[in-house]
Parts: sequence; structure tokens; C-alpha cells
Amino acid sequence: MSVSVRIPTILRTYTGGDSEVKAEGTNLAEVIDDLDARFPGVKGRILDEDGKLRRFVNVYVGNDDVRFQDDLLTPTPDGTEISVIPAVAGGC
Amino acid sequence: MSAVVTEADCPVDPTPSNGPREGAFGNAVALACRECGHQVALGPFYACPECFGPLEVAYELPAITREEIEAGPANIWRYKALLPVPTDIESSPNTEPGFTRLLKADNLGRELGIEKLWVKDDSTNPTNSFKDRVVACALSAARELDAKVFACPSTGNLANAVAAAGARAGIKTVVFIPSNLEQPKQVNSAIFTENLVAVDGNYDDVNKLASEIAGEEEGWAFVNVNVRPYYAEGSKTLGYEIAEQLGWRLPDQIVIPVASGSQLTKVDKAFQELIKLGLVEDKPYRVFGAQAEGCGPVATAYKAGTDAIRPVKPDTIAKSLAIGNPADGIYVLDITRRTDGAVEEVTDDEIRAGIVQLARTEGIFTETAGGTTVAVTKKLVETGVLDPTLETVVINTGHGLKTLDAVSGQVSAAATIAPTYAAFKATGL
Repeated sequence: MSVSVRIPTILRTYTGGDSEVKAEGTNLAEVIDDLDARFPGVKGRILDEDGKLRRFVNVYVGNDDVRFQDDLLTPTPDGTEISVIPAVAGGC
Repeated sequence: MSAVVTEADCPVDPTPSNGPREGAFGNAVALACRECGHQVALGPFYACPECFGPLEVAYELPAITREEIEAGPANIWRYKALLPVPTDIESSPNTEPGFTRLLKADNLGRELGIEKLWVKDDSTNPTNSFKDRVVACALSAARELDAKVFACPSTGNLANAVAAAGARAGIKTVVFIPSNLEQPKQVNSAIFTENLVAVDGNYDDVNKLASEIAGEEEGWAFVNVNVRPYYAEGSKTLGYEIAEQLGWRLPDQIVIPVASGSQLTKVDKAFQELIKLGLVEDKPYRVFGAQAEGCGPVATAYKAGTDAIRPVKPDTIAKSLAIGNPADGIYVLDITRRTDGAVEEVTDDEIRAGIVQLARTEGIFTETAGGTTVAVTKKLVETGVLDPTLETVVINTGHGLKTLDAVSGQVSAAATIAPTYAAFKATGL
């Protein structure tokens, strides 16, 4: 399954400055593994030592936050757009 | 504005040759990660390149006296030495927010059973919410970073503050809102800017879009995204003012609404800075967080005794507190536990009752976030968590005219009568 991944500015040192890259995988975990094969080190920035999404990283498959889906096992159908975004919030 | 942090930026070069002018950020020296301590140079950065943790402004705080502060203007710039702003900040047009009233709330205190109660009333800021404080600091950062566009994603208060501050400063503003936002709230922002953009989606969708735009477009300062470290520092002024208005001392207890948790963490930071600077006596104080049950992930984690905050889909009338995945929630847990405080939540009905109670006892019309704070204070007293014999401050973050719909069904005319004296007497008033 080929997907496109939007890369946040702080990870573009790994992608040669590219803000969007292609990757393969049937779910998010596989996509992140494939990203790491193409851009070594990027997985360690997205996942913590226990292999879970870092607390301050939000990943969207399509328009949906994967924490409300199946987390790293969220399916990534062919053509899916994935966004990796540092957590920010408004309000008080 | 450069949008890329490189390894070469770390550790810090506080004054890169092509960066901001010297003194652009006052006594700030770097941006430091709250999670891992990694530092990056002052710039349009908000997430740690090592761990994605939130970046926070780090200072070399100057020696400063109470008298020097008291000689300053009656707005947040009296504390400019403790903020990431230049010494000539007053010369740049801005909305000059802050130094709002701290009201002794004896009537509300009697009803709640609290002996000494104060309300810090931020509804009197230029656009009627505390957001004017944080936006003023973000505007300064945007100027110093040579931003061409001043922007934000928002559902209300922030959009109003950004649009107004941009108008006053003469900088282009673009404000993104969910397309289903109530018409009055759209008008409150659109009156200040012609660039109000309605996005088909909810607030989370708008926030995600803003983050993507901030990563792609040069020269855009999104106040709560890429200049968020500077923006968030503005909330410290609430803490400074409360201490100064109490006669340079800290309250025993303070109750603060929690959405992302930023305001609570910054008020605590302000109290700690005042202690370090010797401006107030070092004494214990208890910090309490207030959430709505329809969006209470921090309260849930607090009660469960865990640090794991599970994101929720918000469903509450307190829209300005409806952050389902609070970025600073973990720090709210740290602070409330460290200070022997708590995080509590209340229902929408309790929030409405809190709004009416504050209005009927103190003549303050608060928005839903303030209703939440009042209702949580009441609940904390009733459950024996908050000590009613200790001096307590509650924060009102904004004006009730912004959330009229929340209480429009709760209050109405007591009677409709004929224009006669007899009809009046019949009402029993």
C-alpha cells in the first residue's frame, strides 16, 4: 500500500527538507518502519523507547487522530494521506 | 521566518547573525524542552527536535524590585522584564491588556462558605478575555521574527484577540474558525479583520490545518502554534498581578480553568519566579484545576492517580475548555499534586448554575469557563477538598456576552405585566 506522509518541520532534517514523502505499509506501524528504512532515525523521533507514539506527537490517518482509531494498528489503505504533527492546543 | 530547526542550531546560539535583533526577547535566552531539557535558539519553534516535547522560554531573570514594577504602566508591560519582549515594547502599538481588577467576592464567599474569596476578573481586557494577554506577547514575537501574517485557529476568544491586536498593530491577520461556529462569534472576529476563514470541520480539524500551514508558509506567525512558547508566557501576568494586588503575597489557594492546561502551569511558573526573585514570601499555596465533565481528561487522570491522560472527544457547553487532548495536562497533574491541590470536573448544568451564581452575587457576567471555575470551587468546598478558611482566588477568564447561548434559556423576565400600578403590585416584587 503506497501512502503519502506529511513531515513536520522538525523531522525534515531526516527527509532532506522534503515536507511530503511516500511510504509503504498496510497499517501505521508498517508505514513508520518503512519510513525509518528510507530515512534512518525518524522512527525514534516518532515512537518512544517502548515503541509507542510519543506523548507530544499527533498522527492523523486521513483526517482522523489515530488515538481515536487503532493507534499504530490503524489501517493505511492505498493512497492514504498521513500527517505527523507536534501536539499544540488552545484554550486556557 | 525560518521554519526548520537544524542540529546546527543546538545547543544554543542566542544571537545568530541572521536572527532577531539583540534584545528582541528581553531577558529570554533560549527555548528549552519541558520534557528533556534540550535547548534551541530563540525563534519560531515550538516543539523539541529531540522528543517533540513543548518548548518553553528560558530566562536569565534580572534583579528587580517591587517599586520598579509598580512604577510601570497599568498593563502587563509593567512585568516586561519577566516576559520575552523587548524593553521598548510599549512603543509598539498593541492592545495594552492586563492589570484587570481583583475583586473581593464577599457575597459569593458567603454562599460558598469561603471566608476570604477573590475573583480575578479578566473579562475587562480589551476584547473581554484573558487571551489579550497571551496574544500581546505573541504579537511582540511575531514582530521581532519579522512575520508578515498574524494568525490563529480558534473557536472564539483567541480569534477575537488576534484580530483586534493585528488591527491595532497594522499587521495582516488571518483567523481560522470551524464553519459551524455561531454567527455572533464570527461577527466578534470579523469586525476586526476581513480575513476570517471558515473551515468545514471541527476545532481539531482547524487546529491540524493551522499546524500544516505553519509548517509550509514562510512568514506566518500562528500565535498558538509556531510562536506558542512566547504566547503562553503572557499567562504568567495573571499570577504576577494576583500577587501584586494582594499586596505582594501569594494566595493560599487558587482555582484555574483547564483546557490545554497552559494557564495553570504559567500561573504556577509566575508564583515560583516571584519567590525566586524575592518579590513575595516563599509560602505554600494550593493550585486547583477546573474542567467540564464533557471534556475532563485531566480530572479523570487526577482521580485515577495516573499520569496517563486519555484523549476524549469533547461534548460540553464550555467550548473554550473543549480541548480533548490537552498538551499541558501532564504538567497540570504535576503541579496540582505537588501543591496539594486537585483537578475537579462539573456538569454542564453546574456550569450554567455557576455562571448565574457569580452574576447574582458579584455582578460579574462570566463565560462558560468562568462558570466552570465557580462550580468547581463550590464542589471542592462541598467535598471538603478546598479549605474554606484559607484565602482563595478564582479566575474568571472571559465575559459572558461571548457565550450568551449557554444561559439564555436559564434566565428571563420574572413577569410580563400591563403598564399599570396594580399589575406591578400583583407581581409581589
